[in-house]
This record gives sequence, C-alpha cells and structure tokens, in this order.
Amino acid sequence: MAEGKIIAWLLLLPTLLFLVTFIGYPLVSAFTLAFSGETSALDNFKSLFQDRMFWRALKYTLFLAGVVVPIQLVLAIAFALLVNTRFKGYSFLLYVISIPLALSDVTAALMSYTMFAPMGYINKILMNLGITEAPIYFFGFMFRSREFWVIALTEIWRATPLVFVIILAGLQSINREYLEAADIFGFTRRQKLFKIILPLLKPSIMSALLIRTLFAFQIFGVVWLLAGRDIPVLAGETYYQYVHLNNPQMASVYGVVIAIITLVISYFYLFSLQSKHLEGGR
Amino acid sequence: MVIKKILFWFSVIMVILWFLIPIVMIFIAALTPADDYYNPHKIFPSRLTFEHMYKLLFVLGGWKATLISLEVALISIAISFAIGLPAGYAMTRYIFPGKNFVRLAILMTRSIPLIVIAVPLIVVYMEIGIADTVLGVALAHTAMILPFVVLITSSIFSGISVEYEEAGMIFGLSRFRAFLTITLPLAIPGLAASAIFSFIMSWNEVFVASVLTLTNRTLPAHILNTAMTSPDYFKFAAGTLMALPAMVFIFFIRRYLISMWGISLK
Repeated sequence: MAEGKIIAWLLLLPTLLFLVTFIGYPLVSAFTLAFSGETSALDNFKSLFQDRMFWRALKYTLFLAGVVVPIQLVLAIAFALLVNTRFKGYSFLLYVISIPLALSDVTAALMSYTMFAPMGYINKILMNLGITEAPIYFFGFMFRSREFWVIALTEIWRATPLVFVIILAGLQSINREYLEAADIFGFTRRQKLFKIILPLLKPSIMSALLIRTLFAFQIFGVVWLLAGRDIPVLAGETYYQYVHLNNPQMASVYGVVIAIITLVISYFYLFSLQSKHLEGGR
Repeated sequence: MVIKKILFWFSVIMVILWFLIPIVMIFIAALTPADDYYNPHKIFPSRLTFEHMYKLLFVLGGWKATLISLEVALISIAISFAIGLPAGYAMTRYIFPGKNFVRLAILMTRSIPLIVIAVPLIVVYMEIGIADTVLGVALAHTAMILPFVVLITSSIFSGISVEYEEAGMIFGLSRFRAFLTITLPLAIPGLAASAIFSFIMSWNEVFVASVLTLTNRTLPAHILNTAMTSPDYFKFAAGTLMALPAMVFIFFIRRYLISMWGISLK
C-alpha cells in the first residue's frame, strides 16, 4: 500500500507544517533569544540569577504548587469516590463539579474577588453577624500573606475538577470484580480504599499529579488579577518583562525557565512510569 | 445507618454549595446597584439592575472585546478542524512508517507551555505584518487547539467501524465520498462537542491573547488589563460576561466532558 502511505502523509502534512511553524519555530527562537548575550550565551541567565524578583517568583510559584496540588489531589479523590457511588442524582453533582472546567482563570479570580473584596460577601456576612466591626482586607501589598491564601484557595476551587476528571476516569475503569472479591473476604470500606482502590488508581493519580504540577508552573491569571506583582510568579514575570518593560529577551528567559522546569518534570514522570513497566515485565 | 445517610447527603450538599456559591454570588453582585453594594448592612440587593452590564458592554468596550473573542475562537476552530480533521483521519485509518513518531510529536506539543511561544511569535508577527491583529491571536490559539483536535478526531473516527466505509467503497464510492457520506455524519455529534470544547479553550485563554495584542484585545485580555482599576461592580459584570457562555456550552457537552478531558490532558 505505497499509495496509502502517501495519502496518509498528505493528510498529515498541513497539521505538521502548522505545528512546526507555530510551535517548533517559536520554541527554538525563544531558546536562541534567551541564550544570546553580548559577551557569552549565559549573560541573560547571569542577570536573571542576580535578580531578587526571579528568586521570589520561583519561591512563590513553588510554594503555590506545594500547597495547592496535594490538597487538590485529596479533594479530587474524595469527590470522585462520592460521584462514583452513583447515588440518585449523581449526574447533577457531576455537572456542578465540572462547571469550573469551563471557567477561565480570569473568571475564577473575579469570583473569588466577589467573596473576598472589602465589601465582598464574606466581609458583609461577618460584619452583619457582629463578628467584625470593619472589613477585613484580603488584598494589597500590606496583606500579602492573606493574598497568598486567597490565591491558593481560588486555585483549589478552580482546578480541583481537572484532577477530579482524571481520577474519576481511573475509578470507573477499576474492575468491579476486585471489589466484589474483597466483599467476599470481608474487607471493610477502609481496607477496600487503601488496599484496592488507591493502589489501582496509582496511574491516574500519577498523571493527574503531573498535569497539575505542569499547570501550576504556568499559573498566571489568578495571581495577576488578585495580587499583581505583590505575589510574583514565573509566568507573571514573563508577562511583566515583555508588556511593561518591553524586554523580549528577559521575557524569553523566564519563558525558557518555565519550559525547562516543564521538561524536567515530564521527564521524571515518564521515567518513573517506564521503570514500573520494567518491574511488571519481570 | 441513618447517621451514615445524613453524613452522605451532607457532604454532597457541601460539595455542591462549595462550587455553586461563588458562581451565583458573582451573578447577583453583577446585578446589584452601586449604593446597595457599598452599603455594609445590605448583603442582598433591594433591586436588580442591568446598568453595570450595559456600561461594561457599550461604554467600556466589553462588546467589542466579546466580538473579537468570538472571531478569534471561530477562526481558530475553523483552521484547526480544516487541517486537524484529515490528520486525525489519517492517524486512525492508515498504517504508515513513522506513525508512532507523529503521534508522540503531537502529544509533545501539548506539553510545551504557550507562555514560551508567545514572545517569539510577536517577532514573527511584526515581520509578516499581523502583529496586534485578530488573525494573529487566532493562529496562536490554533497552535493550542490543533493537537487536541487531531487526537480527538482520531479517537472519534476509531470508534466508527471502518467496515461501513469499505461497504460504501464496494458499492462504488470513492474513499473520499465514502468518508463524506458515511463516516462524517456518524461523527457529527462528537465533532460538535469537540468544537465546543475548542471554543471554551480559546474563549478562556488570556496570556497569549494579552501579550499578542494591544488594541484588538479579546475579552479576557481586555478584562485582565482594565478590571483591577475599575470599580468593583464592573469586575463582577466582567466575570459574569466571561462565565455565562462557557457555562451554557459546557451544559450542552456535559455527557462528553470526561472523555474529552481525558484526551485533552494526555
């Protein structure tokens, strides 16, 4: 079927050309832009490492990922177990949990602002109950640690459904017979969860963790809207360097740092999956 | 037994409230008159007003940004499907050397952050004269949507037996006619759902859109650059304007959501 081969490649050609032009080429030029200094290729990175803002951005990005991702995983597993009981009306719960999937980070940030603004609903309720006299301020440079927690909460609200979807898909593919067998042996629900369900969910948990960690390093909209540069993050600095300082070179350097972190994480993930395949083959 | 049941329904209701309250509250806040909003003793508004929505749309440029967002989404969906659908078809129906490599390459493009792509793209756009245009953003969004379209169309076509097409070909149809009259109609529901999904991806994307444009800003880019300096009630109106279409659309494709995210997150 030589003819079939040619047709297949012809059908694929436009897509491949497009991806090379709009992803491959810009990716390569981002790297060349980042590694082009006046005296040596690493000039830009030297000034990056001397910049206090970079270290703060890296620190906050890591902190946010470290706080948000584990909580999301636990919540997502709990939600998935709840939906998977298939109680009457579970499809409504499923729809409600999936709504944030359709909302952008900008929207989620504004929703969170509705709750936490000085005249937002949380403050109004607290004041009307007589718990506080004046509004509690959650935003502003003075209240950075509160800002941090509001951002973390917003991210948990917005992106837990993403983890949930992956976990639920994994949960649905677990063979019912395992659980029936466990029933016969008199396993308690706790034992079933820890000895059967969670071990079988491991691949889904791994891929959910990978995807969420990758996205966590690209966090932008929520932080930028709620805190601006009070809480610097890597993607926010990329944006700031280009849009506000008009410095495409440093913007590319930040972008490349994000790309490298992304590649390293995916590599470790693929590596750990592969080693598991080898174990399975013994 | 009763306690267990109560606990169960309690947790179900808590989850529903956790997700719904911020959404419902922003809708209410968007319709709250300014004096009610700044009155600390009024939690709920005494009347509802469309004043903020109206001003956001027709005075503050929300309508123009919405139209640009729609244009960007439609152009990127059109290009992605025009070139991605044949590619998806090739990936399921043909066996050819290098297939695994192509699949892997397409998967790889999905893990490259768009943030890295954005800045070099501006340089290219300035050279070819599409900087700060709707087309420019649409092409960048196509780069985001296209890999997803290839993977999902390939999965949709693999769910439709090749034997139908072959039967058509025995009766004298060309492969292309067989695809057009037999496979494509069967694939329409799935394709429509993935088009909606692509729409939401483009509608929500903010980073690339705000880096690539200055005057032709999409709705999220417009909001990102103006919201925090506007009075609070415009922020709520903006959030509502962003949320409503996405929520309506996700309602239509709710049956497909799980499998769709499964593919888009590969």
